[in-house]
Amino acid sequence: MSETQKKVALIASRGTLDWAYPPFILGSAAAAMDMEVMIFFTFYGLPLLNKKIDAKVSPHSNPAMPMRMPFGSKDFQQIDWNIPNFISGNMPGFDTMATSLMKETFKNKGVATIEELRELCVECGVKFVACQMTMDVFGFTKDQFIDGIEVGGAAMFLEFAADADIQLFL
Amino acid sequence: MSTLPVEQTLDCRGLSCPLPILKTKKTVNNMADGEVLMLLTTDPGSPGDVAAWAKKTGNKVLSSQAEAGVYTFYIKKTLLRGMV
Repeated sequence: MSETQKKVALIASRGTLDWAYPPFILGSAAAAMDMEVMIFFTFYGLPLLNKKIDAKVSPHSNPAMPMRMPFGSKDFQQIDWNIPNFISGNMPGFDTMATSLMKETFKNKGVATIEELRELCVECGVKFVACQMTMDVFGFTKDQFIDGIEVGGAAMFLEFAADADIQLFL
Repeated sequence: MSTLPVEQTLDCRGLSCPLPILKTKKTVNNMADGEVLMLLTTDPGSPGDVAAWAKKTGNKVLSSQAEAGVYTFYIKKTLLRGMV
């Protein structure tokens, strides 16, 4: 590509279902716009490189998250269910339920799954880097991740980000 | 609707951001310089996204229309000079 190609450096630091989306959406879209992209996965973003992604969402830690139902009439779907933190934080299986509701809503709205977006990133040549230090701390091994990723440290990210046009910490 | 001659059509109705852009890119990659793609979308964000994508990649949006919630774009594949 020409030397005017834009570069995008993203850090994926969170692994919940909601926060799994931004790095893969922006990464794939940037690649589709002919930009060179690196996503550095660190801390809780690291599990997004697992072969099977098991990301969940918790309304308990997202106080502004609207709780809406993905089924029923249009008016019913507009209702915000105000679930007190006391319930969302203590009821067993609440996060699993919230996660399946969010996945259903995304599917109904034609939003790709995390796995699909990740696959599209790989197809478009987005470079994935797993943080070596976090892997050691949390006991991750490279063979549990998808193929084709690199393992590196802060300097590896910074070297790329230093002359990137866009740098985002997500 | 206008009747521009098109070499390819892509139906992204019902798909949300960023899928229309990603699929458009994939389709355009397999087209020859100067060929025209007709793209259909329903994502309300797509007029802005398609325009931004085209501006950045150098492809030309020949025309775009909105009718009954469906957006139709005619995109001419245009290779940037110096890029292959």
